[in-house]
Amino acid sequence: MFRFHKLDKTTSTRCAVCKYFRRRCPPDCIFAPYFPNDNPHKFTCVHRFYGASNISKMLEELPVYLRAELVESLYYEAKCRVQDPVYGCVGIISSLHQQIQVAQTQLAKTQAEISVLNANFVVAQPPSSLDESLVQQNGVDHGLDDPFNTWFY
Amino acid sequence: MGSGSSPCASCKLLRRRCAKDCIFAPYFPPDDPHKFAIVHKVFGASNVSKMLQELPVHQRADAVSSLVYEANARMRDPVYGCVGAISYLQNQVSQLQMQLAVAQAEILCNQMQPEPEVPAIHQSMVDYDTKSLLLAASNTGDFGDQMTQLLSYTSSNNNVMQDPLKKESFWT
Repeated sequence: MFRFHKLDKTTSTRCAVCKYFRRRCPPDCIFAPYFPNDNPHKFTCVHRFYGASNISKMLEELPVYLRAELVESLYYEAKCRVQDPVYGCVGIISSLHQQIQVAQTQLAKTQAEISVLNANFVVAQPPSSLDESLVQQNGVDHGLDDPFNTWFY
Repeated sequence: MGSGSSPCASCKLLRRRCAKDCIFAPYFPPDDPHKFAIVHKVFGASNVSKMLQELPVHQRADAVSSLVYEANARMRDPVYGCVGAISYLQNQVSQLQMQLAVAQAEILCNQMQPEPEVPAIHQSMVDYDTKSLLLAASNTGDFGDQMTQLLSYTSSNNNVMQDPLKKESFWT
């Protein structure tokens, strides 16, 4: 005769947090919606830097619809800290500030170049009255096409 | 700090004796209690202690500074913390790179235009540098490649962690 062992429902549906702490996962477990048991790394990573009680407090302080975003941002910051134990995601912020500075400098330089080119373009244009006089004098077209029709797009 | 001197900010907050070799003492002086309070609130003293113990001494000051920065960011923005700042800065970088690509494309387009036929009387008025630029540009013959490179500038010129920072697929 076989003995059938009933599966403990709470054991099979424990969230990653309760599994980590080897405790029963209650129906209203605050962690359960955000730390499913199929991704134990998420909690271990966040727990390493913030601690379960701090995470719980942070979750409790927020309305339910914002908690998922909170957990994901904590996970992101924790991963950054794993990659860079000294600076964490602050290293990324610093790098972005540098990129912005470089891009702003390059943009200013490029816009100055455009201004110079445009200024030279204006200088290169002969005045319209002189155009007429030249054509009229020689009767020869010196190629003085209207630049605004030919060059601009 | 050790016996006889004022306890560090962390030992003051945690109400314990500040040992001579207190790991927090060099980085959380007693005259700035807020610094440790905020780090303790977000990370917890024991986690901060573990993080510091895992680092060589010469890197701990920087680590504390970054933790303080992250904790402050988290206090200002309890949902996104530093990640909100990263997202904002990433957008700024993308916008600047796009503006730069457009500006550089405009220069190339200007260089692609034929040199105006200026009557002799006006040739001396044309800037020598601009003329040489136009002549050099007209001799290269690879404007198409240059344009393609510039237009793809925004997508290629970024070495930051891309996937987590895109707003649409932020949490992949």
